[in-house]
Amino acid sequence: MSNKNWMPRWFYQLASPRWCYQITGKLMPGFILAAVLLILAGVAWGLAFAPADYQQGNSFRIIYLHVPSAFLAQSIYMTMAIAGAIGLIWKMKVADMVAKSCAPIGASMAILALVTGAIWGKPTWGAWWVWDARLTSMLILLFLYFGVMALNSAIENESTAAQATAVLAIVGLVNIPIIKYSVDWWNTLHQPATFKLTEKPAMPVEMWLPLLIMVLGFYCFFAVALMLRLRNEIIQRERRAGWVRELLIEK
Amino acid sequence: MFFESFGEFLAMGGHGLYVWLSYGFGLFVLILNILLPLQARKRLLIQQARRLRREEARS
Repeated sequence: MSNKNWMPRWFYQLASPRWCYQITGKLMPGFILAAVLLILAGVAWGLAFAPADYQQGNSFRIIYLHVPSAFLAQSIYMTMAIAGAIGLIWKMKVADMVAKSCAPIGASMAILALVTGAIWGKPTWGAWWVWDARLTSMLILLFLYFGVMALNSAIENESTAAQATAVLAIVGLVNIPIIKYSVDWWNTLHQPATFKLTEKPAMPVEMWLPLLIMVLGFYCFFAVALMLRLRNEIIQRERRAGWVRELLIEK
Repeated sequence: MFFESFGEFLAMGGHGLYVWLSYGFGLFVLILNILLPLQARKRLLIQQARRLRREEARS
C-alpha cells in the first residue's frame, strides 16, 4: 500500500521530535531578531509618533497592545485546536506537544487583551468592564485555555491527556467565530474591527501601519515563545532517546 | 514626534496612567513568556543530566 505518500515529505519530518528540535534551534534566532525589531519599532511609532485620536485622545495608543494580543489569543487557540486534531488523526506526538505548548501562551495573550481592554475602557466608556458580547466571548476564550491546561495536567498518561485536551480544544473552536462576529451580531460598546480583508481601514495610514507592525511583531514573538516551550516538551518526552542523552552529556 | 516635550509624552494628554499601565503590563506578560520557559529548560536539563548519571552509576 502506498497510500501514505500523498502527504508532502516535510509533514513526516515534522513528526520527528529530533528534526523539530534541530529546525527550531535554527529558526529561533531569526524570529527573535524579527520580533524585537518589529515590536520596538511598533511601540516607538505607536506611542510617540502616531497622531492622537480626535475623540479618544492619547488613550487610543493602547490599541497597539490590545489588538495584537487579541489577534494572537484567537490565532493561538486555532493553532492549538488544529495541532490537537492532527495529533488525534495522525497520532503525531510533536503535534500534541505543540498543542500543549500553545495553551499557556494563548492564555497570557487573552489576559493581556482583557486587561488592556479594561484599562482602555475606563477613560473611553467610563467603565472597566461591561457584560457585552465581545468582552464576554473573550473571557470565555480565556476560560477555555484554563480548561485545556487543567485537563492536560489532570491526566497522568501523556497520550490520553493529549487526546482529551484536543477534543476540548476542537469543541471550543465554536467560540472563535462568536468572538469575531460579536460586534456585528449584537449591540455593543466595542468598536468594530480595525482590519477587514475586504475594505481599507477606517484609520489614517500613520495610525494603522504601526498597528500592522505590532501585529506582525507579536506573531514573531509567539513563534519564539512557542519554540521555547516546544523544545522543553521535546526534551521532557524524548528523555529516553539516544540523541537527548548525547545532548545532556554535552552540557 | 507627536509630542512637544518629554513631560507631555509621559502625561499622554491626561491619559498617562492608562497608557503606561497598559504598556507596563504588556511588558510584564512578554517577559514572563520568555523567562518561564528558559527557567524550565534550565531545571529540566539539570534534572535529566542527574538522572542520566544516576542510571550510569547503577549499571
